[in-house]
Parts: sequence; C-alpha cells; structure tokens
Amino acid sequence: MSIVHVDATVLAALQDFMGEEYPVLLDTYLLDSEERLRMLREAQRDGDMQALRLTAHSFKGSCSNVGALHLAALCKELEEIGRRGQPDEAPTWIAQVEEEFARVKSLFQAERARFTG
Amino acid sequence: MADRLSILIAEDNAADRMLLSTIVNRQGHRALTASNGLEAVALFQAERPRLVLMDALMPVMDGFEAARRIKLLAGDALVPIIFLTSLSEDEALVRCLDAGGDDFLAKPYNRVILEAKIKAMDRLRRLQETVLHQRDLIARHNEHLLTEQRVAKAVFDKVAHSGCLSSPNIRYLQSPYALFNGDLLLAAFKPSGGMHVLLGDFTGHGLPAAIGAMPLAEVFYSMTAKGYAMADILREANAKLKRILPVGVFCCATLLNLSFQRRVLEVWNGGLPDGYLRRGEQGDLVPLVSRHLPLGVLEPTTFDDKYEVYPLETGDRVFLWSDGVLETCNVDGEAFGEERLRAVFRANQEPEKLFDEIQQAVVDFRGEAHDDISMLEVTLVEEESLNRPPQTFTDSGLMGALDWSASFEYRARTLKRFNPLPYLMQLLLDVQGLRAQAGALYTVFAELYSNALEHGVIGLDSSLKRDALGFARYYQARSERLAKLEDGYVRFHLEVQQAEDGSGRLAVRVEDSGPGFDVATALKAQPSNELLCGRGLRLISQLSSNCDWPEDGKGLRVEFVWPAQA
Repeated sequence: MSIVHVDATVLAALQDFMGEEYPVLLDTYLLDSEERLRMLREAQRDGDMQALRLTAHSFKGSCSNVGALHLAALCKELEEIGRRGQPDEAPTWIAQVEEEFARVKSLFQAERARFTG
Repeated sequence: MADRLSILIAEDNAADRMLLSTIVNRQGHRALTASNGLEAVALFQAERPRLVLMDALMPVMDGFEAARRIKLLAGDALVPIIFLTSLSEDEALVRCLDAGGDDFLAKPYNRVILEAKIKAMDRLRRLQETVLHQRDLIARHNEHLLTEQRVAKAVFDKVAHSGCLSSPNIRYLQSPYALFNGDLLLAAFKPSGGMHVLLGDFTGHGLPAAIGAMPLAEVFYSMTAKGYAMADILREANAKLKRILPVGVFCCATLLNLSFQRRVLEVWNGGLPDGYLRRGEQGDLVPLVSRHLPLGVLEPTTFDDKYEVYPLETGDRVFLWSDGVLETCNVDGEAFGEERLRAVFRANQEPEKLFDEIQQAVVDFRGEAHDDISMLEVTLVEEESLNRPPQTFTDSGLMGALDWSASFEYRARTLKRFNPLPYLMQLLLDVQGLRAQAGALYTVFAELYSNALEHGVIGLDSSLKRDALGFARYYQARSERLAKLEDGYVRFHLEVQQAEDGSGRLAVRVEDSGPGFDVATALKAQPSNELLCGRGLRLISQLSSNCDWPEDGKGLRVEFVWPAQA
C-alpha cells in the first residue's frame, strides 16, 4: 500500500467548497499545525503523556480534514503512545511526525502559491 | 431563510473550526465559534444558540463538561449537541452520550452528512418545542378548568348548603367533589314542619353531570320554602330538567317527605337503587323501590308523580344510596351488591350504628377507603329536638294589606292536580303579624285542606289509617277517588283584621262539598297521639288560637291572633 501524503481529491473538494476561503484554510491549517508540533515537543520534554495524547488527537483530526492522511495516521500512533503512557516511544514518532509535516507543508505551500499574485 | 438556526461550534483546532463554520454558514445558518468548553458555555448563555457542535477533547474545559453545563442551562428545551470526534473507543462514545450528547460526527467532516444531521436534530428540537408548548397549554387549560370547577363548586355549595343537611336527624356521606360525580344531596325544612330530602344521581361525570344540579336544587329549595308538596316539586323538577338537559342526561332521584307531626313518610323513587325504611323494634326492612323513570326523561304530560306513603314511628330510619355503594367492586371485580347490604342490616344490633356499619362493610369489601359514594340516613325524631331556624322573609311585610277578606273556591278539576296552599300562604304571609307563626299556619292549612279534601270531598274514612296496611289502602283509595272526581269543592274564607296597635286576627272558615262529620266524636275517638288517624284535627286545635265548628260539622272555623308589635 502506497503512502498518501496528501489526498488530492480532498483538496479539490475543499477548494470547491471553500472558494475564496480555500487559501485561508490552508494557511490556518499550517499555522495551527506548527503550534501542535510545538505542543507535542513540549509534552514530550515534560513527560506529560496526557498532553501528548490530547494534542496528537486534535492534530490527527485537522490532518484528516485536509487530506493529510499519512500525517493523520502518524498522529494516531502518537495518540496511542500517549494513551498507553510510553514516553520512551514518543521521540521516534514525533520525529516522524515532524518529517511528514515538513513534506505536507511544502506540498501545501506549492498549492498555496497557485493563489498568490 | 425560515429555518435559519444559530449554531454554536466548539472546537479547539482553528482549521477545523473554520471548516465547520464555513459549512454551517453555507447552509444558511449562523455560526458562533468557541475554542474551548468554557468559552462555549459563556457563548451559550449569551446567545442561546439552537444547536451545538462540540469537540470532545479541548483544553481548559473539555466537551463533556461543557455539554453537561449547556444541557443544564437549556432546562426543558432541547438543545441538540452533536459531538465532533474521531474517538473510536466505545467507552468514549458512551461518555459523549452520558454527558448529554445527542449524536456524533466523525472526522474527517463530511458536509453532506453534517447537513443531514443538523436537519434531523432540528426536527427533534422542534418536536420537543411543540411538546413543551402543548404541555404548557394543557397545564394552563387544566388550571383553568380546576379554577372553574372551584368556582362552580363554591357557587353550588352556597345553594346546596342552604338546606338542613346538618340537621341532627340526618347523616350522610358524600365526596367533596360529588357535584362532579353527578351526585346531589338536598334537604330542607318545610314551612309546615317536617322535611324534604332528595338524593340525586345525574348521568355522566364532570361538568355535564354537574350542570343539572343547580336548577334542581333551586326548584327543590324554593318550592319547599313556599310550601309546595312533594308532587308539585317532582313535576316542576322533571319539567325543568327535561327542558334544559340534553337527551341522555337525566337524574335518578329519590325524594322523601317526612312529616314529623303526621308521622308519615312519602317516597318517590325514580331510578335510584332501592333504599330502605327500617321500622320499629324488630327493624323490619321496607324496600323503597324505584317505580318511575328518572327526572328529566318524560314529558310533563306523561310524568307520574305518584308516591308511596308509609306510617312512621319515632326512631324509624330511612336509608338511601346512589349506585356507587352497590357497585363498589373488590379486587376480584365482584360488586358489593344487594345481598351483602342486607346482611349488614341483619347483623346489626344497634340501629344507630347501622350507618357506620354499612360504610365500614363497603370499605372492607373494597379493601381501601374511597370517598366517591353517596349515602344518607334520615331518622324520625320528635320535631322539638330539631333546631329549626326561623323562616326568613325577603321583605319587611310592612306594606301588606291590614283589613281585608277573601274567599276562594277550588272545584273538582282543580282539586285533582292543583295544590292551593302555597298561593294562600304567600297571601297570608304578607301580613307581618302572621309571620311569627308561619309554621303553625302552614301546618293548620295543610290539615284543613287535606281534611276537607279527603274526608269531605272524596269521603275517605280516616279510621282506615289505624295500621300500616290500612294506611296503604287509604292512600290507594285517595288517588283512585281523586282521579275519578267530577264534582265537589273546597272553600276557604279568609278575614284579616288589624288594630292600630298592630295586634290582629285571622279568621279562616273552610267548607267542602262533603256531607259533614261529627267533629266532637272524631276528637274523642282519638285520644292517643300514637294512633295514625284523627291526628290532624288535634293538631289544628293545638296550633291555632281558636278552633270551632257548627253542629253539622260543615265549615270548620279557625282563628289565629297576634299581639301588638313591639
């Protein structure tokens, strides 16, 4: 099964539906995601598994809404780690989430570029 | 847009929040957004949105707690809460429902499904709104109805309790809301002494059953007060109820006329269960059987006012009940019935405890106490033992004529069906001096009239009334002879004179078409008050100031005098 970084059909539907607001939605998602990443790192540093779980859960939700399916799947793993309280597992998965988000971000920025100027 | 709703979106993720509010706005609703539970509750209080989309996991206050608070604030109104969640564990979904959630929406959001869910929830919300509205409406109507019933009962109680139900020789059992069960209990002293008692049971329940009670009570009290006889009251009550009540509404009733002085009981029963007359030391039971259709059924022309007459002794008791007593059911659905009732009478040792024993037997039979039965006991006592209120008059009587005479002649066709006494009494009670002895006046006139009619015009022999059987035969003969009457008359000559100082005199002379009789013998032959016949004449001489008669016994003369007014 191939990895889907961003589901193009989801983006097409969002663009169709959101119209003028589409680029704003993408901006909002990226901005919010940066904040989630910061919170994930913070939770890991503090060893706060509950915070890790909640943040990953919320992040997962917004990723699924914009079609970032692989990122959503990684968040789900992280959520499980938080739920099970396995702080040792967290760093590897956070690194993966960061890596995947970088990919999604560049894809979205490319998408975003179509609407500027 | 007609069904535009304000919808609260509580979601901590900015992108999701934006997506949701765009979906909601595109559907024509108004989106209010909050980024945590605490904000959501505050916004709910301020804006009262109709529906809530609530993320389960949020910082500061989570969706579960926010949902609980919002449901509490919403009270009876349904504010549907749709939980937004990617929670997949059963336990988490159960928590959403426990917190008051009405539905779920999973991420990623599908706007078609969200739209359908908003519509479905709005339908539920409206349904609840309608239910609440109707509940409030019903509550208001019910309150209104109860108020009306209270007013109706208050008005009715004034009318019904103007009587003498509290008299010491009467015991009764009646639900406080008997009026709305259709049960009616009336009792009133007659101006001539004695009392009329009526137990009625209207068909149906509620207001339709209560509606006829007022006119019936009115007829009963006003006609009794004016000195009308039982038959007159029955005819008028029947005619009135027939006229005003719709078809199918009528009144089963028993009317009693107790004459303490003449020691007779007259009974008319139309449709009520058999009452009992408990007589003498042995406690012989005479059933008071229904022989007529209820009041309000027959046209006045076909109505039968024929009643039964029984001699009474002091201590004799009359029992009446509505069908509630006999139809009382036990847990097996068996009715109390006639036989059990008779058994209570048979087992009884002390007659004064009968009433309580019957009541107790019904309660024991049913297994629990209920107050929806009507029951009545009337005891024949010495009239003096009753604390009779004086008759009241609406005018002062000062305008009455003071010096006059008048003669009345009532002939056969009138004598058959008309009772002239109430009319004569009204005329005489215009004379203020006579009012103090209104009771005696009524009694004497009643005796004079029945004497003239029964012994004079139709020639009945009062010695027939020596025993109970003869008593019945006497009244049988009376109605037969009256029905066949073609000739005859009764004349009253009245003369009123009043002096300057207010003292005065009423002279009455009664003549009839009969052959006359030997008054002296009649008086001498009946020395004992305990015998049934001849009592009338003795009463007359006791109650009037003067009483004499010519040699031939034709034309009794009676005088009433009154002293100067203080």
